[in-house]
Amino acid sequence: MTLPAVLLLVVFNYVPLFGLATAFQEYDPLAGVWQSPWAGLYQFERLLNDSLFWGALKNTLYLSFVQLILFFPVPIALALLLNSVLSERIRNFIQSVVYLPHFFSWVLAITIFQQMLGGAGALNQFLRSNDIGTWDVMTDPHTFALLVTSQVIWKEAGWGIIVFLAALAAINTDLYEAAAADGAGRWRRLWHITLPGLRSVIVLMLVLRLGNALSVGFEQFLIQRNAVGHDTAEVLDTFSFYYGIATGDYSYGAAAGLFKSVISLLLIWGANKLAHAFGEDGLYRK
Amino acid sequence: MTLAIERASGDAAAKPLVAQAVRQKKNERPSWEEPPTVVGEAAKGITLGGVVLVMLVPLWIIVVTSLSTQAAVNRAGGLVIWPDEITFEAYRVMLSDSTVRSALIVSLGITAVGTLVSMAVSVMCAYGLSRARSLGHRFFLMLLIITMFVNGGLIPTFLVVTGLGGYGQWWALILPSAVSVFNILILRSFYASTSVDLIEAARIDGAGDWRILWSIVLPTSRAVTAVMALFYGVGYWNSFFNVMLYMPTDSEKWPLQYVLLTYVNRGNGMPGSVNSGFGDQFSQTAPLALQMAVVVLTLVPLLIVYPFVQKHFRTGVLTGAIKG
Repeated sequence: MTLPAVLLLVVFNYVPLFGLATAFQEYDPLAGVWQSPWAGLYQFERLLNDSLFWGALKNTLYLSFVQLILFFPVPIALALLLNSVLSERIRNFIQSVVYLPHFFSWVLAITIFQQMLGGAGALNQFLRSNDIGTWDVMTDPHTFALLVTSQVIWKEAGWGIIVFLAALAAINTDLYEAAAADGAGRWRRLWHITLPGLRSVIVLMLVLRLGNALSVGFEQFLIQRNAVGHDTAEVLDTFSFYYGIATGDYSYGAAAGLFKSVISLLLIWGANKLAHAFGEDGLYRK
Repeated sequence: MTLAIERASGDAAAKPLVAQAVRQKKNERPSWEEPPTVVGEAAKGITLGGVVLVMLVPLWIIVVTSLSTQAAVNRAGGLVIWPDEITFEAYRVMLSDSTVRSALIVSLGITAVGTLVSMAVSVMCAYGLSRARSLGHRFFLMLLIITMFVNGGLIPTFLVVTGLGGYGQWWALILPSAVSVFNILILRSFYASTSVDLIEAARIDGAGDWRILWSIVLPTSRAVTAVMALFYGVGYWNSFFNVMLYMPTDSEKWPLQYVLLTYVNRGNGMPGSVNSGFGDQFSQTAPLALQMAVVVLTLVPLLIVYPFVQKHFRTGVLTGAIKG
């Protein structure tokens, strides 16, 4: 019964692994992987001398960093707030609302942002009617990092609270009562009971975030790259798409992809080592 | 080595969040907790209210605009915030437009077929892997897990799919992404921990694996099955990048998301809107109400299914599903 799934994985996940050989070739679509001439590390040399590639790497790391600082704490704070709401009805309602955008496609989410903040959107409609001037947020490269981070927060922060809510629910309420009896106020209880209770989940999410530092949301950038310009919006994934598939330079794109995969694997491994060093399970238990 | 996701979902399956249930049953403040400050309560209310509004107001504006007449849109100078003149004209035009109609059919078709294929394959695989004595299950499990960390990436996958003749073919939109190892692992840990006694009893009564899967495992794990189907369904409904890869020029094969991207997001003229009663001054850009109607159309199926599945999120299904 396992076979159909395994077969699909072998064809579409394992066979492409051999296709990574193209990164060491000068791939010719007519000749295919078997006949294309080998090029050694030529494609990687090209990458290292390509300022566009370095630009994409720099953008990726910068956006990842901004997301880590601005996005990461939001679901935790939201979960704490929501958990403190007493009425179950209100809690359920808020949960249903904040989970919803997670199921929107990026096309839809960005269309919504464009209608609200774009040149012809609600914000500028308001600014124009009050003669304040206009600000097309969607095409402004200076605030692009903040824009995409707020998109991620809008779309995913609500969904992100689920794991934290579950972890909060697993904290023994007797601990709070005992602490209160010993005179601990609500902030001390938050610091000494709630946050330690969330620790392992926070570490796990952090490991995942660090491991994915080189992936900042492919579709989100693919859609917005041209409006903002590739100087600010090119990330590693869009780089491999544009210079690999769109221009037909397959080997070059594959080399960029392979570069990203190898570094990502190292990052996951390193982040997990770090988690173990802090006495947490991290992504996997030894 | 155990993965965090298996640990988490295994736990969730074993004790479906008893702790949460206990805490949520009490709608009142425990006696030992100090009374809330007015400022604190107000700040909390404003923050949470603000969060809800940020999610809902854009949707409201889009729906209202899609229901407005061109005159109301002109008066508002663009998006309409308060309903002014309500009309379903934009929806009538949209549904008579051949591009949108075919995109809707394509989207529904891909979502239905894709979800069916994905669920069939995943449920079978998860069941096979959940029975500890099945042939080579450790090996297959490793085979699955490895793909979560290592994959060929965009270009090698593209070359394999096109090499198999997938360019312009429907299956290229479904099969390469049909299996989500993540979903299989969630299903597996549920199957492994539920109804073990029932399964043993059925086996003694002579039921085979297919029979057990169909009459015992599936009915006893409806919640997780529904949530996984939603995950897969939403994935197919929302996908547009694979269209960009495998059929970028076949506009009659475009699904709704790609139409949304091309005609609304990028503002290209809708071919149908020229002779659709709006007059040819709109051949460059479709009128705003029509654009917003397309946005609403991509939302509707989700909004229909969401309430039915969403209630299962809270029953512990997702505590494991989200980790990892």
